[in-house]
Amino acid sequence: MSSTFVGMPAFPEAARAAVDDPTLRGNLRHATHTIRAKRAAAVAELADWGGLREAGRRIKDHTLRHLDRYLERLEASVTAAGGTVHWAADADEANRIVAELVKETGESEVVKVKSMATQEIGLNEALEAEGIRAYETDLAELIVQLGKDRPSHILVPAIHRNRGEIRDIFTHEMAAWGRPAPGDLTDTPADLAEAARLHLREKFLRARVGVSGANFMVAETGTLVVVESEGNGRMCLTLPETLISVVGIEKIVPTWRDLEVFLQTLPRSSTAERMNPYTSMWTGTTDEDGPRAFHLVLLDNGRTDALADQVGRQALRCIRCSACLNVCPVYERAGGHAYGSVYPGPIGAILTPQLRGTASEIDASLPYASSLCGACYEVCPVAIDIPEVLVHLRERVVEGGPAVRRGNKVVLRPARGHAAERAAMRAAAWAFGHPGALRTGQRLASRSRRLHPRTLPGPGRAWSGTRDLPTLPPEPFRDWWQRTRGGKDAK
Amino acid sequence: MRVALFLTCVNDTLYPETGKAVVKLLTRLGVEVEFPMGQTCCGQAHYNTGYRHEAEPLARRFAEVFREYDAIVTPSGSCGAMVRELYPRMGERARAEGRGDSLARTVAPVVPRTYELTEFLVDVLGVTDVGAWYPHTVTYHPTCHGLRSLGLGDRPRRLLAAVRGLDLVELPGADECCGFGGTFAVKNAAVSAAMGTDKVRNAESTGADVLCAADNSCLMHIGGTMSRLKVDMRPVHLAEILAGTEEDPSL
Repeated sequence: MSSTFVGMPAFPEAARAAVDDPTLRGNLRHATHTIRAKRAAAVAELADWGGLREAGRRIKDHTLRHLDRYLERLEASVTAAGGTVHWAADADEANRIVAELVKETGESEVVKVKSMATQEIGLNEALEAEGIRAYETDLAELIVQLGKDRPSHILVPAIHRNRGEIRDIFTHEMAAWGRPAPGDLTDTPADLAEAARLHLREKFLRARVGVSGANFMVAETGTLVVVESEGNGRMCLTLPETLISVVGIEKIVPTWRDLEVFLQTLPRSSTAERMNPYTSMWTGTTDEDGPRAFHLVLLDNGRTDALADQVGRQALRCIRCSACLNVCPVYERAGGHAYGSVYPGPIGAILTPQLRGTASEIDASLPYASSLCGACYEVCPVAIDIPEVLVHLRERVVEGGPAVRRGNKVVLRPARGHAAERAAMRAAAWAFGHPGALRTGQRLASRSRRLHPRTLPGPGRAWSGTRDLPTLPPEPFRDWWQRTRGGKDAK
Repeated sequence: MRVALFLTCVNDTLYPETGKAVVKLLTRLGVEVEFPMGQTCCGQAHYNTGYRHEAEPLARRFAEVFREYDAIVTPSGSCGAMVRELYPRMGERARAEGRGDSLARTVAPVVPRTYELTEFLVDVLGVTDVGAWYPHTVTYHPTCHGLRSLGLGDRPRRLLAAVRGLDLVELPGADECCGFGGTFAVKNAAVSAAMGTDKVRNAESTGADVLCAADNSCLMHIGGTMSRLKVDMRPVHLAEILAGTEEDPSL
């Protein structure tokens, strides 16, 4: 995966900084609560939401189970329609393929549709190293790119920025990338949108190579689909002479019929719209219309390893709607950057450690970035049981176990730093297996209750730093029960 | 019908008053409740932290201790969800790992017989008015596992609404997590505390003098936050509210 986030501190540390930033928390709270309420209303309009959710889950599970077959079908369809399919096992290979394809055109710049896959592999940075400049054309991606920032949300990458911050970014940075912002730019949305429109128009009209991702790929016809709100994506897809699409292999659906389900659930879950404003579909190449060359780069980058995991594979159902981010109380306070990945929030917490592994500190901390409240599972339009996968990945972190890495079966060792916790958990399990020992412990604790400190040492400090501990009762329930014989002589 | 109280290790050790309240309430409703002394912990803390294998013997112990009972009642949505939702899953995982059916078979009988307190009152006993009296303004926080894993729905609110003297006020953002989440409160203390603070501020805005929930772990976190923020409100377990009568009131 991308090297963009290497060296990130573990989630709790990164989250602490965000919790202490009142502007960021205000921006996030406002944005997530607004879309949360709208989404609930948009979903409530459909009487068959439960059925759609189940249909989406089944289509995705079926496709994943026969992924090899459908990918071969897709390759045949794309080729028959005049496109070229390239297979990329990892980020480096995908970046190398795209850079070569751009160089063959003789161009040194490309326009881009917002794409999670190219963010995941760090394509912009890889192209830059080859002397190719990539211009993001999605408004929020543009803000992130101009601000030398990182995306913090799947759907709204600049969700952490408010209007004032965006005006400052446009004013100071646009000139270095092309048409400068107007001198009297205000922070009204219409003014900001107009500045972006003028800046981007130059790019669209000049560009001869476009790079995109895709929301869906239809195996039976080789058709790719992008849904978006601005129309900038459609400009990137139709104006250039060469179009290169980089897409994760899990984005495939078997037939056009299957799209019907997702074109209902995706917009309602993501932007709370009945239908997204622009749905663009392209199939290979067509004479005198659209790009004359079309390349599809199919990206694995850890996906087949995730597919090998019986519990974790459900993360590959994800259609990147970001509903789970918008309802997550942890995301709301920690912000997207704390997750150290282009996939933040609950889905990022289960997807990233599967795609990247759990060897680094940040990746090992992600499965714990949740209180397991279950709100993410409740809203997921393809019914990914995110809490279940979180707990499964926690097990991998603390106890190690079998996994598949680059197609090979391996036995992972526990991540570092969990030895004390493991010992404590085992000791507790032993005590709970011996009621006598548990009772002795309870009694000792009760008798010494006046000596207990109000704050805790060691890891417990994290609790008592912000909350007061309960005082221990004079006797545990089981002693009261035995003393009163089931409360019969209790008052 | 033989009914067992599964109190949970947290309630047993830290909140015995909740257990006494359940006994008092069920006795008043004509249920003779037993407390099997062999019970300890359902294993949720282990399971949710990633120690599934350490949780397995605890699940087996639970199944053995409670095997003879027709109903197992617990005043904890979270521990109830552990038994009902996660014990079967642990059995399936053991089977998938080639360790046979033993765990699945052992836990199977207790799974459908385990009830969270409000489910037992409303669904099994068929009562919503338990004859309680509690002259306070109360706001109710539906804890996550009760709300989403067990699907308790409006059962707790219906029980509270029938309590004489009780003024029930809606909690803004009621179905948002309070931030406890077991070891989450320690592992991600800053985010946990921020969530707890927001929950307490929302509760404060209702003007209620009591915040009620059906899970003492969440109440420990919320109450600890209230105490630190010097908010003049009390966290009280639902069972303690339902146990009080005019003759023998709860605090």
